[in-house]
Amino acid sequence: MTTIAYTLSDSATMTRRNVRRLLRYPSMTLLLVGLPIVFLVLFVYVFGGQLSHGLGSTLAGHHVGRAGYLNYVVPGVLLLTVAAAVQGTAIVVAMDMTGGVIDRFRTMAIARSSVLTGHVLAAVIQTMAGLAIVIGFAVALGFRATAGAASWLAAIGMLALFSFALVWLATALGLAAKSVETASNTPMFLTLLVFLGSGFVPVSTMPAGLQQFARYQPFTPVTETLRGLLTGTTIGSNAVAAVAWSAGIAFVSYLWAMHLYRNRHAS
Amino acid sequence: MSADSRPAIVAAGVRKAFDDTTVLDGVDLSVAKGSIFALLGPNGAGKTTMIRILSTLISPDAGQVWVAGHDVVREPDEVRGAIGVTGQFSALDDLCTGLENMRLMADLNHLGRSAARSRVSELLDRFGLADVARKPVTTYSGGMRRRLDLAMTLVGDPRVIFLDEPTTGLDPGSRRMMWGSIRGLVAGGVTILLTTQYLDEADELADQIVVLDRGRVVAEGTADELKRRVPGGHVRLQMPTARSVHVAVDLLDGASYDEKKLEIQVPTDGTVAALRHLLSVLDEADIEVGQLSIHTPDLDDVFFAVTGHPTEEALALS
Repeated sequence: MTTIAYTLSDSATMTRRNVRRLLRYPSMTLLLVGLPIVFLVLFVYVFGGQLSHGLGSTLAGHHVGRAGYLNYVVPGVLLLTVAAAVQGTAIVVAMDMTGGVIDRFRTMAIARSSVLTGHVLAAVIQTMAGLAIVIGFAVALGFRATAGAASWLAAIGMLALFSFALVWLATALGLAAKSVETASNTPMFLTLLVFLGSGFVPVSTMPAGLQQFARYQPFTPVTETLRGLLTGTTIGSNAVAAVAWSAGIAFVSYLWAMHLYRNRHAS
Repeated sequence: MSADSRPAIVAAGVRKAFDDTTVLDGVDLSVAKGSIFALLGPNGAGKTTMIRILSTLISPDAGQVWVAGHDVVREPDEVRGAIGVTGQFSALDDLCTGLENMRLMADLNHLGRSAARSRVSELLDRFGLADVARKPVTTYSGGMRRRLDLAMTLVGDPRVIFLDEPTTGLDPGSRRMMWGSIRGLVAGGVTILLTTQYLDEADELADQIVVLDRGRVVAEGTADELKRRVPGGHVRLQMPTARSVHVAVDLLDGASYDEKKLEIQVPTDGTVAALRHLLSVLDEADIEVGQLSIHTPDLDDVFFAVTGHPTEEALALS
């Protein structure tokens, strides 16, 4: 086998290992999926009636009241799912790094990157499974996308790409954390960014300073791209910005994570 | 020197410091192929750091290290392909079964499907884990975990194996079993470097011992060579009668005796000449001796003699 074949084979082995570990510890995945579902129910049934008034007909997908707000908030809840899931990734990575098994991998002739690649791919699979559950729940509550098959595929692709980026970021945060406790806290700002963007209310309703931040932080173009694909609102330049942000975050986080992994214990 | 007779492990002038603390202060080692080599020393002597350097986990600050003919700093992947490491803390996937752990190793060693299956089941059998292979490793005892850990290390058929304190925390039965497994490996031509703070373990297993204290090599040799370096060796004579005890004691310099056991102890430097002299003195006086045994001091004595301070183990006993 060539080096590339070994790298692929090792990455596949490590992905299988991590997926199996996630399946053995399902309570964590369920807990992480539970959070966005609780927020979905809370925002639609508690705040939705009131919040729907400020949306206007287009953003509400021509529905009224709670149904309109449900229509609006689903992309935000999906990103909340991603943010919650990658918090789990940081914890899993930090836990794995503190165990003895990682030293075993480091003394074996395996592709260096495969340990992290395995974590990342397994976490993306986990996140996508979580998203499927949340989407199913939203549909059960009455969410009806206007999207055709192509738009759904594009939306899933967007979610996968952004998840991939945030999973790499969470992996780096998990590696950077001195303890598992720290690793469980550092990715929390991602959850906050969903709220400080167009996830739950339109950016235009925010005060000036916050509006500037909300408009230009990465979650907003991703939210708007998803919203456009799923419910037919205008996407505009958001798609390019969303893909660029995702690629940028993934690339920088990948370099950071690999750097941290190589230098771990090496001092 | 032919390639085959080259040592499996060579370290020259290895230094390592963490922050301002010097952990290894110029360590030299040479381990012959197919032998068991013990790094002996108390906690904090630098044993684990040495293993981490030899197994490519960390780089030395200075000095050179070759394992299986490759430089650990410049050719780490070649070294990794030749070694197996069983660390002090178990390197198992706790969420998985013993079999899954073994299969993971087979996959990472790129064994084919059928080769993987036969290698895994052979090793599980050899380490007495076949019956529990499908149980999660969290249900394993300490001894079982160590055995699985070693079995996982062997999946890749390593030529050089590092064992960091392989029996620490094991009960005597599991310890014996582990010793048996380690001896079995060398019979297959593998080279083993192990660390231990158990002096009897080094005595039991190692062909060659290096005593490490505070990051320096303070003594090296075989267990017997080390024991001979310390004063306090003696010859014990078992006498047939109380009368012969008294006659013999009068003839022998510095002898002490135990009248009830009919035993005489004579200090010796352990050389053949001294022993011959002793026997000829007894022979000339026509004294019959029942049994004769030579007692060299144990490694606790050695440690004290070479480092000037006792091991923690010995301190705990006193």
